[in-house]
Amino acid sequence: MTVLTFAKAINEALRYEMRRDERVVVLGEDVGVNGGVFRCTEGLLVEFGPKRVMDTPLSESAIIGVALGLAANGMRPVAEIQFSDFIFGGFEQLVSNVAKFRYRNAGHYAAPLVIRAPVGGGVRGGMYHSQSPESYFTNTAGLKVVVPSTPSDAKGLLISAIRDDDPVIFFEPKRLYHSLKEDVPDGEYTVPIGKARLVREGSDVTVITYGATVYDAVAAAEEVEKEGISVEVIDLRSLIPYDWEAISRSVRKTGRPVIVHEAQKTSGFGAEIAATIAEREIYSLEAPILRVTGYDTPYPLVHEHLYLPNKDRIANAIRKSAAH
Amino acid sequence: MRGWWEFITILGKRRPPDPEDLGLERELLMRMYRLLVLTRALDRYLLRLQRMGKVALYAESLGEEAAMVGSALALRPEDVVFPSYRELGVYLTRGVPISEILDRQLNTVDDPLKGHEFAVFGDSRFNIVPAPTPVATQIPVAVGYALAFKIRGERRLAVTYFGDGATSKGDFHEGINFASVYKPPIVFICLNNQYAISTHVSRQTGAATIAQKAIAYGLSGYRVDGNDAIAMYLVSRSVFEEVREGGDPVLIEAVTYRLGAHTTSDDPKRYRSEEEVRYWMERDPIERMRSYLISKNVMGEEEDKALWAEVEALVSAEVEKALAKPGLDPMVIFEDVYAEPTPQLREQMEEFRQQLRMERVMRG
Repeated sequence: MTVLTFAKAINEALRYEMRRDERVVVLGEDVGVNGGVFRCTEGLLVEFGPKRVMDTPLSESAIIGVALGLAANGMRPVAEIQFSDFIFGGFEQLVSNVAKFRYRNAGHYAAPLVIRAPVGGGVRGGMYHSQSPESYFTNTAGLKVVVPSTPSDAKGLLISAIRDDDPVIFFEPKRLYHSLKEDVPDGEYTVPIGKARLVREGSDVTVITYGATVYDAVAAAEEVEKEGISVEVIDLRSLIPYDWEAISRSVRKTGRPVIVHEAQKTSGFGAEIAATIAEREIYSLEAPILRVTGYDTPYPLVHEHLYLPNKDRIANAIRKSAAH
Repeated sequence: MRGWWEFITILGKRRPPDPEDLGLERELLMRMYRLLVLTRALDRYLLRLQRMGKVALYAESLGEEAAMVGSALALRPEDVVFPSYRELGVYLTRGVPISEILDRQLNTVDDPLKGHEFAVFGDSRFNIVPAPTPVATQIPVAVGYALAFKIRGERRLAVTYFGDGATSKGDFHEGINFASVYKPPIVFICLNNQYAISTHVSRQTGAATIAQKAIAYGLSGYRVDGNDAIAMYLVSRSVFEEVREGGDPVLIEAVTYRLGAHTTSDDPKRYRSEEEVRYWMERDPIERMRSYLISKNVMGEEEDKALWAEVEALVSAEVEKALAKPGLDPMVIFEDVYAEPTPQLREQMEEFRQQLRMERVMRG
């Protein structure tokens, strides 16, 4: 075990995989000489050289398209999009090409690539450095979408993503990069994609969330515990595929689901979870399914702590649910 | 030195040089001509099959055969092709059997792409990566594919084909720009057939040529007579050789003309004149090659007639066979989404299986 920040855990996963497998290459804007604007690729250029760590032109569509070509031709590329807000420059590549690649060529060529992108708010980043665009991609067959929330998961899930035979979009909650540290297993360490993490056990209300809001959910759970409400918190860790077993087990126990994410409410991933709970577990419910999310506005620069699903908003939703 | 400012043609010259002066042997010229004829014959059949309702949509190659066949003949089997959606002549030149192209177009049980998409063709056995329909999106992917060759030190080449319309898209510029920095072994071939559906190339760019766009990226561009299989072959051969040996990426503009419609859903009479079409009919790439071979005594009239008859009979026999094949199982629609289906997809597959069972029961 070594104490690592989230950013260092990403760096450790990349280094570990690049040492283990020479097919793994890294490309993106400022990932080489500069080591990435969040320092996630620091030191990789020195260790692995310019053939495996490529500073690219400022060209999101080419970064994603080139990564796909590398993947189709036997490499294991990990491309970085500097902010998930800039991923839309490569949206067509992701949706029309990467996602449909295996299907279009009926398995003749595969697309084992990872697109890493910092996601989410809480860093005073304004509308183009704070967005949570995951739903655009969870609505596209052929992609996997992963959002880790701890340094250990960041390492274990990124290694799994690199070894996965399909394209994975790997969203890294940027406000966690340097704000927390924990013991991370050394060496070989994987976390399976598609398995949720039970963050906290409880019996009255289930909070289902992912990414940075896991911490807000835990803080809210601790607060309402003083009022006698016992809250279970589930960190989904990956959205496609998602761990329905973990959700249904908990909802059967509590009957009171509250879904939390930073992305805007309408058509957010929470709608998918809510609909599936309604389809399959309606008779387990003791209270309406509630959502605490970003609002349907562009991400605001000012008052972002009010816009985000913060501890108070989550605690209020838990109280509302428990009152039923 | 050659460059984009020169229009490279052989058959377009008033007195084309003899095959010996070009260093071309009879066997190669006859192979080239047979591929041109085969492309045209199969193209006609596919168009007919679409009209019969057997093929969902078809994009004709009529008029562009020389640009396809001439360039693809200069490739090696280990080189990799990223076509667009109209390169029938490229597939045939790569050695793809007629039967497989028919399986693909008719979506028979042997369709190599399992009916997942129409019009496009691809098969890893022939190093052809199937195209996406969104125009130009194959270009950056081809660059990445070539980059892997460079990283591993393999002397192989990626070639990507696209139309004049594609040069207006960001992916053309992003792809060629990326290639100009990392210099992987790639050749960009623009089949400038002068129309993107109804829009003339003069509405795609204010530049006089497509080839000159290479200059801004620090690369070479060549402008070639795309209705001249020999010119296309000779230029491609020397460019491919150079790039395979570590030369910079190159852009080749093949100036040709789409004699047919954009696809079977298009009516070109709405946007171009008969005179214009007649002008290009007179420069039909196959007729040009035919008269060259006859005038240079490479081939006789009788031999030509026999070749056409042989090819027509071959294609028509293959069409008969393909039409008799059964179609694909409905469950194929769930295949190849992921290496392993997700739990969510597995559940939907089960739902679909039950839907199929119900339908069978309803039909009795």
